[in-house]
Amino acid sequence: MTLSGDACFLLRPGVMALLRPLLLDVVPTIQQTAALALGRLANYNDDLAEAVVKGDILPQLVCSLSEQNRFYKKAAAFVLRAVGKHSPQLAQAIVQCGGLETLVICLEDFDPGVKEAAAWALGYIARHNSELSQAVVDAGAVPLLVLCIQEPEIALKRIAASTLSDISKHSPELAQTVVDAGAIAHLAQMILNPDAKLKRQVLSALSQIAKHSVDLAELVVEAEIFPVVLTCLKDSDEYVKKNGATLIREIAKHTPELSQLIVNAGGVAAVIDCIGSCRGTVRLPGIMMLGYVAAHSENLSMAVIISKGIPPLCTCLMEENEDHIKAAAAWALGQVGRHTPEHARAVAVANVLPTLLSMYMDTHSSEDLQVKTKKALKNILQKCTYLPALEPLLHDAPPNILKHIVGQFSKVLPHDSKARRLFVTTGGLKKVQEIKAEPGSLLQEYINTINNCYPEEIVRGLITR
Amino acid sequence: MATLARLRARLPALREECFRRNGAVDEYRKKEYKAAVKIQSWFRGCRVRAYIRYLNSVIIIIQKWWRGYQGRRYFRKMVETAYFIMKMNFYNEMAVRIQKRWRGYYVRKYTHNYYALKKYLEAISVNNEIVRKELNEYAEMREKEKKKKDLEKKEKEKDHQARKMHYLLSTEQIAGVYNSPFRKSPDPMELLLRKSKPLSHRQQPAKNHLICDWSNCTRSLTFPTAQPLPPIGRQKPQGPFRDTAEVLQQRYKPLEPTLRVAASINSLEKAREEIKREEWRNCVHDNEFLPFSSYHKKEKYDPSIHRSGRYDQETYGIKHFREVQPKKWIADKLLEWSGMWNTSQI
Repeated sequence: MTLSGDACFLLRPGVMALLRPLLLDVVPTIQQTAALALGRLANYNDDLAEAVVKGDILPQLVCSLSEQNRFYKKAAAFVLRAVGKHSPQLAQAIVQCGGLETLVICLEDFDPGVKEAAAWALGYIARHNSELSQAVVDAGAVPLLVLCIQEPEIALKRIAASTLSDISKHSPELAQTVVDAGAIAHLAQMILNPDAKLKRQVLSALSQIAKHSVDLAELVVEAEIFPVVLTCLKDSDEYVKKNGATLIREIAKHTPELSQLIVNAGGVAAVIDCIGSCRGTVRLPGIMMLGYVAAHSENLSMAVIISKGIPPLCTCLMEENEDHIKAAAAWALGQVGRHTPEHARAVAVANVLPTLLSMYMDTHSSEDLQVKTKKALKNILQKCTYLPALEPLLHDAPPNILKHIVGQFSKVLPHDSKARRLFVTTGGLKKVQEIKAEPGSLLQEYINTINNCYPEEIVRGLITR
Repeated sequence: MATLARLRARLPALREECFRRNGAVDEYRKKEYKAAVKIQSWFRGCRVRAYIRYLNSVIIIIQKWWRGYQGRRYFRKMVETAYFIMKMNFYNEMAVRIQKRWRGYYVRKYTHNYYALKKYLEAISVNNEIVRKELNEYAEMREKEKKKKDLEKKEKEKDHQARKMHYLLSTEQIAGVYNSPFRKSPDPMELLLRKSKPLSHRQQPAKNHLICDWSNCTRSLTFPTAQPLPPIGRQKPQGPFRDTAEVLQQRYKPLEPTLRVAASINSLEKAREEIKREEWRNCVHDNEFLPFSSYHKKEKYDPSIHRSGRYDQETYGIKHFREVQPKKWIADKLLEWSGMWNTSQI
């Protein structure tokens, strides 16, 4: 019955033809074991799954499903799941031979194992694209799945939650269908369940629902998930933390009011702690959530700053190896610092601008990372009046960034005498003289403004030196 | 006569003279006519020109006055509009000053209230601290629970091991593995062994089968049954013993008494009590229903009309209409009283 990988390749040419008549055998145990064998074959490899489809086994399976006992139903649902998981075409084949109706009938069965197998199969079918999801919904699976979620067996709850998540991830209409069946209340109750894998699926389902539109996000929030969801961010399981942060991110990104709600509930602090305690891709949703919150308004951005959000973002930027996480951290820092000089100062004080610049200049960084760091630098520099942070950048920056830096100097220096003195003593003025700019360009104007702040002798002295 | 003849002689010359005079006149007639016409036309022209000049001067005066009047009116209008514009500018400027102050105040107090923002940010940081503390506590609690669970599991394992290996317990003669004579005190395992009860063979510890994926289960199918089945192939005990299952069934048969046996001795009294209690319970009004006799005692008896009057015809309405009560008259008593008064005076 158990087949190793190599063995099934050897047996492939005849195995479907051999197993098919066994499905019609009189003895029920033989039928069940034949179905189980087919399932395991199809599970292993998508060629074998295609062979199962081509061997016309699916219609036979689907027809006999309704009459048989629960062990046969479980095995048959396992076969459908194994076939449907590989590609959309195979899943479409299942839909065409009427598999969805029988699976929905299985969902109404009393045995929880049968329900679990049927829900799993439906989940794998609905995962591929929105047409297949729509087909699953049209077969009437959603209310039965919501009933399955309320069952006491943990495994069944897990599978039902993951199926709802797969259905609602494709489009807002599908998510609305899931919400109309009353799923949100039950999913929200299950956040308190101690089982880690269940929490993963539930949080993933809620985040797939909330991501589509403001109304759906508000519905999810009205189910009173805050502040309970924040305890998920302290869970020992990494993926629970990740999915919890994803859920909060999907809610925060829609409107400033929702972000405000999350900030008032202390969500920002929880997410910041979560980022600090994780490593790797698990951090990514948390970083993006901080970026979205800070992007909405300057008050929210200030809230992120006073919740000590900038140091974790800086450590993410510097420590992580993956470019997309670094790009997300750079984007988030740009959103935090772009509002007013106060915000830019808070970001600059954390000594993160040289890191951003080096990432921008690094040839090994991906294009996405370079674009994001450049935008972040531009946004922060346009508001930054904290000169000690700008000075180191004068030496390395490329011309397009340099013009912003010099521009900021030209805005601040005419009014501040102490800054002027510091500027000369640290060698900034000398550096400015060394910059070659086309006459008439903006850069030249800035340089002229700076030169006008100082008496002639000093400037000439620095040029001749 | 002579004159006549003379006249007659002059007659043809008269005719000629007439013609000649008329012709002579005629000669100058045209000239004189033309001259007269010229003079007249010239004079009339002068007259007309004089008239026109007069009219012109008059008209000039009229127009002068009229244009002056129009100009002054126009000027007045201009002055009014200029005045109006000046006033409006003034008002606008004053309104701008008021609006400037008001908008600055409003924005600073309500929209971009600096102090409210500061308070809000402080409140957020306080809230964050609280949330962080609570989450840390929660995480610690979870950690503790996990540790406790692990510890308990280990303890259970150890206990189970000790129970399985109870035969390693040391005796008087032979010191066990864990109770070496060279040690100062026995090993903790030895103490556990001493404490534990020996494990009987029949009780297998129940392993909980958490089969997450049914299809990964490689054992054969098992039917879950309510009770464990008796072990197969057990030796039947020798002798005239009945089948163990039967014996156990009989021994542990649940009691099913008949109704007569199940009813207690004083069930009849109890039932009567019960009925009385129920009646008492269901009764809403405790007091008996009494007729409202006291209500009638206070009522005065109103006799009917037939009983209250005489049995003959009523004279009122027939014989007399007014009711007369001579005993109440005081007229004759007045004399008496006045007499008394007089006498009392004296």
